[in-house]
Amino acid sequence: MSQLLAVNHLSKSFGAVVVANDLSFSVTEGEAVGILGPNGAGKTSLFNLLTGALRADNGTIEFCGKDITHTPAALRCKNGIARSFQIPKPFVGMTVFENCLVAATQAAGLRGARARQHAIEVLNDTGLIDKANHHAGKLTLLDRKRLEMARALSTRPSLLLLDEIAGGLTEAECQTLISSIKKIQSAGTTIIWIEHVVHALLAVVERLIVLDFGKKIAEGDPQTTMAQDAVKAVYLGVE
Amino acid sequence: MNTRVTRSSRFSNGALAVLALLVVVLLTAPWWAGRAELRLFGEIYLYLSLACLWNLMAGYAGLVSVGQQAYVGFGGYMLFALTIYAGIHPVAAIIAGGLLAAAISIPVATLIFRLNGAYFAIGTWVVAEVFRLSFAQVSALGGGSGSSLPVAIVKSLADSRSARESLSYYLAIGSLILVFAAIYFLLRSNRGIALTAIRDNESAAAELGVNVWRTKLEIYVVTSALTAIIGGLIFLQKLRISPEAAFSVNDWTAFVIFIVVIGGIGTLEGPIIGTIIFFLLRETLADFGTTYLMILGLVAIIVMIKAPKGLWGLISQRYDLEIFPLRYRVQQSATTEQG
Ligand SMILES: Nc1ncnc2c1ncn2[C@@H]1O[C@H](COP(=O)(O)OP(=O)(O)OP(=O)(O)O)[C@@H](O)[C@H]1O
Ligand SMILES: [Mg+2]
Repeated sequence: MSQLLAVNHLSKSFGAVVVANDLSFSVTEGEAVGILGPNGAGKTSLFNLLTGALRADNGTIEFCGKDITHTPAALRCKNGIARSFQIPKPFVGMTVFENCLVAATQAAGLRGARARQHAIEVLNDTGLIDKANHHAGKLTLLDRKRLEMARALSTRPSLLLLDEIAGGLTEAECQTLISSIKKIQSAGTTIIWIEHVVHALLAVVERLIVLDFGKKIAEGDPQTTMAQDAVKAVYLGVE
Repeated sequence: MNTRVTRSSRFSNGALAVLALLVVVLLTAPWWAGRAELRLFGEIYLYLSLACLWNLMAGYAGLVSVGQQAYVGFGGYMLFALTIYAGIHPVAAIIAGGLLAAAISIPVATLIFRLNGAYFAIGTWVVAEVFRLSFAQVSALGGGSGSSLPVAIVKSLADSRSARESLSYYLAIGSLILVFAAIYFLLRSNRGIALTAIRDNESAAAELGVNVWRTKLEIYVVTSALTAIIGGLIFLQKLRISPEAAFSVNDWTAFVIFIVVIGGIGTLEGPIIGTIIFFLLRETLADFGTTYLMILGLVAIIVMIKAPKGLWGLISQRYDLEIFPLRYRVQQSATTEQG
């Protein structure tokens, strides 16, 4: 398997707040990587840097062997990087179906009936099809999060960035989510998942990266990483 | 389950049929309407066109401009300049004015697109003032006091006055149909989905593959060109131009914003409703002088408080209606049905 994403010495700060501190890691095609870290560690900011919503102060990002550090967000998405927003950002004046259609037409580059078909398939897979005609602005928070996932999948991503999508789910819903993410992964999509619901995360990911103050404090296979003292120390103060 | 995606509804089909009939009736207006009504109708069509264009920019592309009078005036002045000094036919001059406006709007856009929100609005206004002051310097076009369209040029449109009035009416309704159809088909296309996404959440749109900057630029250039064409037609009706009239922020922007805001910004139906209300108010309150402007302001404030999405927003929300079908509806039917 070849390398899909390489982050090299990435740095970013907002004044005194450092959200990425000389961050380096890489992700292999088809892999599922989990990201852990306390509140404010810079997890969402890392996604923002990967999608192009934020510009790095220093360092580079390579995707599919190409340097995308200065590539605009829209093009990165077209090239295969999709994300869900931790705080959902639905297109509130559109229906659930239309939200997915934006992704299918603009990012996946599909047209006409093929774009519509793709959006329908994604809604079927994510269990949102019965709400296809609902206004996105009137959805419950849980459905907004489902829509985040559906809209990201509608872009036909090769790298899917998921930002805290398991919070607030019942145990049964959580199991459904776990199996659907596994299904997405086995279909060939690489996944990076930020999640505070650790047991859900550990059910899916093959590797963990732990961040604190924008710095990578641990990385490796889930069990040994969770057992590390540095990780325990960070998490003791949190939850 | 069998899934189908439709766009039109029974309501939209019916409404469009009624609207088409109305357009046919209006196309015959030169046969049944008086001179004053024809002029009024022409003015209504041109205002509606301006409102549709401003709505496309502000309501969809998020470009809240208070300076579109720059292009109204530019189009008007190009009509005078190109007919008087280049000797071309007025209709050709108006179209050429549109193309020149498109060319000018590109450097203007690279300048003002650096500004955001209120600063962008102020930027557009400054640009319009620069246009006004520049044209006031051109003595060949009458400088600050303006000029009239020479009789020979007016006559080149048609010999008789009534024929000219019919022509001017058809140019107005024709360009309204053109502008409206262009916007409608744009919004129905893939480009339109991108624009609607920008309308709802610009940053999310960018991260979903929408090239926000380019889309905005395209919208700015196209609306500027079409606004200049409408400007040319406005001053073909007036036959006289001056910097004050051509670049009036009141006439070509404030009233247009009023129309779009009370009708419903970010909808195709809004500008139509807004234009009808604006002209109803204007025709009934014209005798009140400045009080009329205060009433307009009052109406705008009440509508903004009671119906932030305008009157059409209020109606469409309550009854889930759409005259111009832009929506998609997913329809599921069980495949196990008989037959
Ligand atoms: N645009 C911004 N401007 C200034 N500060 C920011 C900005 N975005 C994030 N921050 C700050 O950067 C820090 C990291 O934020 P980030 O959202 O990346 O954390 P996170 O790890 O995702 O946290 P959480 O678990 O709460 O989601 C926070 O202190 C936040 O306030
Ligand atoms: Mg976060």
